[in-house]
Amino acid sequence: MSPNEMSPETMTLFSPQLAARFDALVLKYPLKRSALIPMLLYAQDEIGYLSDAVVAEVAERIGITELEVRNVASYYSMLRFKPVGKYNVQVCTNIVCMLRGAYGVFESFQEELGIGHKGVTSDGVFSLEEVECIGACCWAPAIQVNYEFHDELTAGHVPGIVAGYRGRALAEGTPTHA
Amino acid sequence: MPRLVSHPDEVKIVTRRFGMGAEKIDRYLELGGYEAAKKCLAQGPDWIINEMKASNLRGRGGAGFPTGLKWSFVPKQNPKPKYVLVNGDESEPGTCKDHLIFLHDPHAVIEGTIIAGLAIGAKMGFIYLRGEYRHLLEIMEMAVADAYAKGFLGKNIFGSETEFQIVTQTGAGAYEVGEESALMESLEGKRGIPRIKPPFPAVVGLYGGPTVINNAETIATVPHVIEMGAAAYSATGSPRNGGTRLFCISGHVARPGVYELPMGYNLKKMIYEVAGGIRGGRTLKAVVPGGSSTPVLLPEEIENLGMDFDQVGKAGSMLGSGGVVVIDDQTCIVEFALRTMSFYQHESCGWCIPCREGTDWLKKSLTRFHAGFGVAKDIDNIQYLAENMMGRTFCPLGDAAAMPTLGFVKKFRKEFEDHLNGKPCPFAKHVELAVI
Repeated sequence: MSPNEMSPETMTLFSPQLAARFDALVLKYPLKRSALIPMLLYAQDEIGYLSDAVVAEVAERIGITELEVRNVASYYSMLRFKPVGKYNVQVCTNIVCMLRGAYGVFESFQEELGIGHKGVTSDGVFSLEEVECIGACCWAPAIQVNYEFHDELTAGHVPGIVAGYRGRALAEGTPTHA
Repeated sequence: MPRLVSHPDEVKIVTRRFGMGAEKIDRYLELGGYEAAKKCLAQGPDWIINEMKASNLRGRGGAGFPTGLKWSFVPKQNPKPKYVLVNGDESEPGTCKDHLIFLHDPHAVIEGTIIAGLAIGAKMGFIYLRGEYRHLLEIMEMAVADAYAKGFLGKNIFGSETEFQIVTQTGAGAYEVGEESALMESLEGKRGIPRIKPPFPAVVGLYGGPTVINNAETIATVPHVIEMGAAAYSATGSPRNGGTRLFCISGHVARPGVYELPMGYNLKKMIYEVAGGIRGGRTLKAVVPGGSSTPVLLPEEIENLGMDFDQVGKAGSMLGSGGVVVIDDQTCIVEFALRTMSFYQHESCGWCIPCREGTDWLKKSLTRFHAGFGVAKDIDNIQYLAENMMGRTFCPLGDAAAMPTLGFVKKFRKEFEDHLNGKPCPFAKHVELAVI
């Protein structure tokens, strides 16, 4: 089943596990709406981005309008309305990482992947982003690939990192949201 | 995996369980965990608040507000539910201490949250982590589940009649959410835009109820204060600055890392002895003492500088979040100022015009300047713009962008002038990339 099709039995876009998690999530807070940001992030993790259908279902679950969901989602830099690669490489270039050579690491990723800032490789496996501080300053320069940290990098580490994720993508089959 | 470092001058209080497997609840209990919470439950709120006041513990988020005093502001008679909100949205460039706390000692955060809840009479606490810290959120979630299973959280904590619940929460990428009122907005499922103060959160906070908001490091320190006693904790630091601080020493040093040092520890010693000096045999050019929003200090200004809120304040900067960023002589300060401003321009929430427009114009001016198209008047203009942002916004992000800029221009004016008249930047080669 493609993630963008509703399953008629459950009327949800999400996997049964995630749907159950969302059912519990809204009950955790004094107000349901507090579940909005985590719900959007977890939905994005599963579907790949905030599609129209995701926005609609989240709005329904929280009990607010789609416009309100979009209004909030557009504020947060990790939330996105367009797909990215299966492995989203986020290179921190903020001051400390910059001092320790982050732009060299970023350039190396650009060369290795053949894409620039916010680019996606044609096979959908990788995307690249220059991001703000990710809280790994003492182990700079650092990157995150999806949620995985890699720290104390040099440009020389880049081919190995790319090869590692390419291998994982091959082992797992075609990317989910190419 | 973030590397742990050590130095003989460290006084390990908050970090004493790091690397010892304390993320597992049984190990945490073996190491004396949850005794402080039990003691506080027996002693009651007035005792807790007096201990916290006597400890001279000051907020580790940046402002340095005395923690005990903050807790005492929560009105006892207010009928609305009260809340504790732990700020783990650590996003200040140069700061990565909460990262290690969540990784190595999540139960200290839980225990501190319980104690804060007991002090103010709250039944619910929230621990908010920045969205990028997903693996740390999972560690926190596991720790919270374990604490529930042991009966340390829930309707009857430690077998008492007292209720306390904890909910962990993730952000989704926003520096501004580290500001306390924007943090509450975010937790309420809204855009992270600051609220006007007063009313202060202690009176009208989360869901309209009185709320105490503390930085994750402050909260993780609380059980240790109770355990060792306020007097002993306070004596570790300098006058009016109790205890230790997790200093994140980063940048051009030989041994960057998070070091726990007593408040008031000399900054020069911190750089040259604790962190091993400037790497590659270069010399020190400047230090940002407390995260990217604090004004830069020159080598001659750190000679006798003790790192506590009062002394750094007197030196014209701020202790801030404890992020000590060390800059060597091969660094272009204009590029550094530009990268700092690119960050604030990206993170300004756009609510207050002086900040939204000011950061944007400053970034434009600095970009043009660094690219060699600046004119002499730009230097004064940059200063004028920054000065006009100060104190004119709802939250401190405007000041946080303006203060370091003013510092760079005032202390490195010559370097700005060296970029005039199309002269190529003597250091940088990544001008075009420094624009997000």
